Amino acid sequence: MSGLGKKYNAMELMICLAARFLEDGKTVVVGTGAPCAAAMLAQKTHAPNLTMLFEAGGVAPLLPTMPISVGDSRTFYKAVMASSMIDIMDACQRGIVDYCFLGGAQIDMYGNINSTVIGDFEKPRVRLPGSGGANDLASLTWRTMVITPHDKRRFVPRVDFITSPGYLTGKGAREAAGLPPGTGPYKIITNLCVLGFDEETCRMKVESLHAGVTKEDVVAATGFELLWPEEVPISGEPTDEELEILRNEVDPMKYIIGREAV
Amino acid sequence: MEETLFLEAGEGKLFTDPHPDRAREFFRKKSRAMVDKTMSVSEAVRRFVNDGDYLAVGGFGTNRIPTALLHEVLRQGKRNLGLSGHTATHDFQILAAGGAIDRVDVAYVVGLEARGLSKAARRLFEEAKVEVCEWTNGALAWRYKAAVMGIPYIPARVMLGTDTFWKSAAKTVTCPYTGLKLVALPALYPDVAFIHVHRSDIYGNAQIDGISVADFDLARAAKRVILTTEEIVPTDYIRDDPTRTVITHYCVDAVCHVPYGSYPGNMPYLYFSDEEHLKEWLAVDGNPETLKPFLDKYIYGTKDFAEYLELCGGEAKMETLRRKELLE
Repeated sequence: MSGLGKKYNAMELMICLAARFLEDGKTVVVGTGAPCAAAMLAQKTHAPNLTMLFEAGGVAPLLPTMPISVGDSRTFYKAVMASSMIDIMDACQRGIVDYCFLGGAQIDMYGNINSTVIGDFEKPRVRLPGSGGANDLASLTWRTMVITPHDKRRFVPRVDFITSPGYLTGKGAREAAGLPPGTGPYKIITNLCVLGFDEETCRMKVESLHAGVTKEDVVAATGFELLWPEEVPISGEPTDEELEILRNEVDPMKYIIGREAV
Repeated sequence: MEETLFLEAGEGKLFTDPHPDRAREFFRKKSRAMVDKTMSVSEAVRRFVNDGDYLAVGGFGTNRIPTALLHEVLRQGKRNLGLSGHTATHDFQILAAGGAIDRVDVAYVVGLEARGLSKAARRLFEEAKVEVCEWTNGALAWRYKAAVMGIPYIPARVMLGTDTFWKSAAKTVTCPYTGLKLVALPALYPDVAFIHVHRSDIYGNAQIDGISVADFDLARAAKRVILTTEEIVPTDYIRDDPTRTVITHYCVDAVCHVPYGSYPGNMPYLYFSDEEHLKEWLAVDGNPETLKPFLDKYIYGTKDFAEYLELCGGEAKMETLRRKELLE
């Protein structure tokens, strides 16, 4: 998507769309970058009582700037508690954390995510950081969200390594593996579209196409077969208010929204 | 061995002994005395770190990290260390650059979060120079907790169904109360832990300001603990506000006074991370040809952390980072 002729770029669009999925009064574990921007934007628009958590222990900070690390001092600036990792992970396991945001190098049709290795595990072509807290969050929070560029390298038929669980092999597989029921991937927000998951098959399903994006664009950028609704709606566009808050209050230094998303 | 009670087992290797009775025997003999444990970084590493030990590092990668101890491990040429890779970022980068580690429990390694990936650290894995066992940040935190509690494992509901489980050394069990399938995370007792704190007395009663990450548990799980501290304070100062104490003296073996000891990492309320220096590290460690002179200059060529800090800009640099931390 070129973004030509639009008054926003792909990153701004993804952040705005992600923010709208975060309901007021809920809890969300965020990382650095776009997820953090989305949670901040939600707080400053429709969800002032959204509680932001950072996996290293920051609880409900009043973020003065974008954190560089999910454990840096910004993540508990004027927080209600400077806690610990185990406290945050316990909260997730107890069922009081609603959303998390994850990223990864590869994702498949069930929302399984790879952030461990490209190639063979024993002697990988590329070694990536590993789970970090991602597997914990994907296992335990109610709704997993992903903000990611959309291309065939990332949207693959089979991930080289399942670091963090999506719906594994389909309906019922999470529960059979022992994961808490009612959890799993919720929305995948890309530079082309918004994806959800089909209730019956747990396969990735297109929910809306961004303005100017065609079905063919999405098919060409996806390494597996997606499910499609009969009528594909167009994703909402960022409002002037959202863009103003995002640019002036959330990310005035353009750390995130200044990135060429794709 | 005993009757098999578990359901499934990951194929990874368990690098540490989870048996609580053997740990109890160790802790039975560990000194609890309130004696002066202050010493230099080089003495602490010489006395309490052995080749082959399993090491765990406190803080969070580039935040409240014990940099001086990590550098000293390289200077003293310690070898064949195991590492708990619980968000190990710049700490991992240092140990990887020095070739100090040969086995890793991985939760998060190789990357420096949003800053990028360390090529030197990646090479260890891509050239299969380290033994690897996969976990998660939560799993390692809970593994410390099991050790803290003196129990052989702690049940949890993560890793299940994923390759992270199959490449771990975890097993699954059935809950005797609910019938649920759970992952049994083995207790992790590191041989030695390095933790940087805001203040400690000479006995190791220590306080951390801000998030404690996993360090409350790490200090209790580890057999030996070396603290570096921004300040040494009188014990009365600790006693005046014991609510803030995170680590108690009977966990600690050595207390080293290292002002700015988390540099180039962030130290909450005191100084921010030095992003330029971290960027330079990432740039040079892409190539052994550029990494070597860099390490020679900053680590092997300096006698201690104070010299390293001076090379990096000294007090003037720290004043800049202090202002950045305080949003001035």
